[in-house]
Amino acid sequence: MSERTGAAPPRSPWLLFWRQFRKSQLGVVGGALLALLYGLAALAPFIAPYSQEEMDRARFFHPPQGLHWIDGAHRFHLVPFVRPTTLVDASNLAYREDPARLLPLRLFVRGARYRLLGLLPADRHLYGVDPPGRIYLLGADGFGRDVVSRLLYGAQISLTVGLVGIAISFTIGLLLGGVSGYFGGWVDVLIMRSTELLLTIPGLYLIVALRTMFPTNLPSQQVYLGIVAILSLIGWAGLARIIRGIVLSIRSLEYVAAAEALGMGRLRIVTRHILPNTMSFVIVAATIAVPGFILGEVFLSFLGVGVQEPSASWGNMLNQARSLRVLTSFPWLLFAPGLAIFVTVMAFNFFGDGLRDALDPRKVMGGRSA
Amino acid sequence: MRTYILRRLLQAIPLLLGVSAVTFLVLKLAPGDFLNTMAENPGISAETIDSLRHRFGLDRPWWVQYGLYLRNVFLHFDFGESFSRHQPVFTVLREGLGNTLLLAGAAALVTWCLAIPLGVLAAVRQFSWVDKTLSVLSFMWLSIPEVLSGLLLLFLAARTGWLPVGGMHSLEWDQLDLAGKAVDLLRHIALPALVVGLIPLAGRMRQMRANLLDVLRLDYVTTARAKGLDERHVVFKHALRNAINPLITLFGFTLGSLVSGSFIAEVIFAWPGLGRITLDALLAKDQYLVMGSVLMAATVLVAGNLIADLLLAIADPRIAYE
Repeated sequence: MSERTGAAPPRSPWLLFWRQFRKSQLGVVGGALLALLYGLAALAPFIAPYSQEEMDRARFFHPPQGLHWIDGAHRFHLVPFVRPTTLVDASNLAYREDPARLLPLRLFVRGARYRLLGLLPADRHLYGVDPPGRIYLLGADGFGRDVVSRLLYGAQISLTVGLVGIAISFTIGLLLGGVSGYFGGWVDVLIMRSTELLLTIPGLYLIVALRTMFPTNLPSQQVYLGIVAILSLIGWAGLARIIRGIVLSIRSLEYVAAAEALGMGRLRIVTRHILPNTMSFVIVAATIAVPGFILGEVFLSFLGVGVQEPSASWGNMLNQARSLRVLTSFPWLLFAPGLAIFVTVMAFNFFGDGLRDALDPRKVMGGRSA
Repeated sequence: MRTYILRRLLQAIPLLLGVSAVTFLVLKLAPGDFLNTMAENPGISAETIDSLRHRFGLDRPWWVQYGLYLRNVFLHFDFGESFSRHQPVFTVLREGLGNTLLLAGAAALVTWCLAIPLGVLAAVRQFSWVDKTLSVLSFMWLSIPEVLSGLLLLFLAARTGWLPVGGMHSLEWDQLDLAGKAVDLLRHIALPALVVGLIPLAGRMRQMRANLLDVLRLDYVTTARAKGLDERHVVFKHALRNAINPLITLFGFTLGSLVSGSFIAEVIFAWPGLGRITLDALLAKDQYLVMGSVLMAATVLVAGNLIADLLLAIADPRIAYE
């Protein structure tokens, strides 16, 4: 038992966590994807060539345009270009590219005015083409609105619903679960019966039933808040039950008895001493639960009772693909938001899996698995 | 066992009462009712609206309405009348629930017929390329929500024309003989069942794999191998039976999630089940129909959990309920 000699210097928990997390390749990939997605959503007005509401009555259901580098005369262009199109069949909305003309891609073009991150006024957009030409890299919807722009603006709604929803429902779940487990008695009975009640109604039925409490034609912001409130109200029950179980086992530990002997308030013991010990579990559970909230919004908007037009969300973009004609003739309206949802959910799953491995308390601190 | 079942059934009563109370409260907090929408129609006089309001009991305070509702349910098994369909709620829901359970059953069949063989394959060939491919695929599959898989299948069906794109029967259903009806139903149920059945597939497959791997490590399997039995015999005759046990119990729990899961498939494929009825009823503010369908869905969930616990007792003799 020599004193500290040869012992490694103490390492911060963050460093230990990072060393573990780094080992999970998929976790790192998921984390990077999420950073990218949220970054794109935050910078949406800058990256999107148009605003989410800008329509073009001459270009309904315009198909996605490819970027070209080689023109009709087999000449190579360093700056990629798209070809302008003309409507050739108005009844089937068929467009034909004009091989003779080209619209070079421009960077940092002037366009609609916006406030970057809600603060900086600006009118530059990452890419675009010279007006009156239009660029539709992922096609246009039934109102001639650019799908790329709507995806980016929609991400602002769809991606934040998950985070805000998790924050609210997990706060409720942690607090009620902790109180239920620690206090016991009638408080416990009351809280647990309410969770049972919530868990007895199949989820989607409850979501839709709660949705009727708000009128359909509210302004977008209120609908957004309503959706978050509904999803959070449902989401806390399962977590509260698990937290209660963990708290029950922690409650009998000696340090809790010590805190009680020191005369600490009971609520303070729950919030300061017991709940922090459930954190590694809660962080993982929260990460894995985020897609559920995102899909909740997608579900409601898909049914047409969520985020209302003209605001974009990934759910109401999918709503357009509900009609068979749109689905078969203009499939990009399914694939563009579909792929965005798929990638987001997968990124959260990868990230959550990596976190779980890194935060698993059964692993020896310092890097080696038990 | 019988007392246990009885106790569970008795416990379910306050729970379902609570569900009905919550649903009723939610409906009452919602602005407007079915008759408000009707009143906007200039062809219907104010007197008609008033008489209807009186007939449906909507002119009384909400607690009276709720009390009357409960009395009718308990004394006459009468769930009220659907405003929009002019039919007793029970008649509407019986048909819808039947269709939903049919869909859920077909979906369960899809899940289990795929999950068990794939799980066994992954376990027997652990760490092989088959196992790794399956694990990557299941991980990706977990990320495809039903809305997407449903629309994707709808897209394929519409493009290829191989399968009907919605509904439950073809137009010429009445002229078909029994075999023709069976084929027609099968063609209509295939896509929604696939959508609902594929959601739990990845999870069930991973469970099957883990269970079988655990069992294959046990002593009696080593003994069987030491006796000189061929591997196929060891896996299918000895190990598989014990590995499937935990999955059986999950079946009951899945029932509840299947009812919830078929909601989206019903909407996308126009399957006339409980989910579609509920959605239509909610949009029309058809109060008693919503109450009935939410209660019905909750009852199926409770029943599913009970069945799960009972299956557990039957499958595992170590568990005994008093």
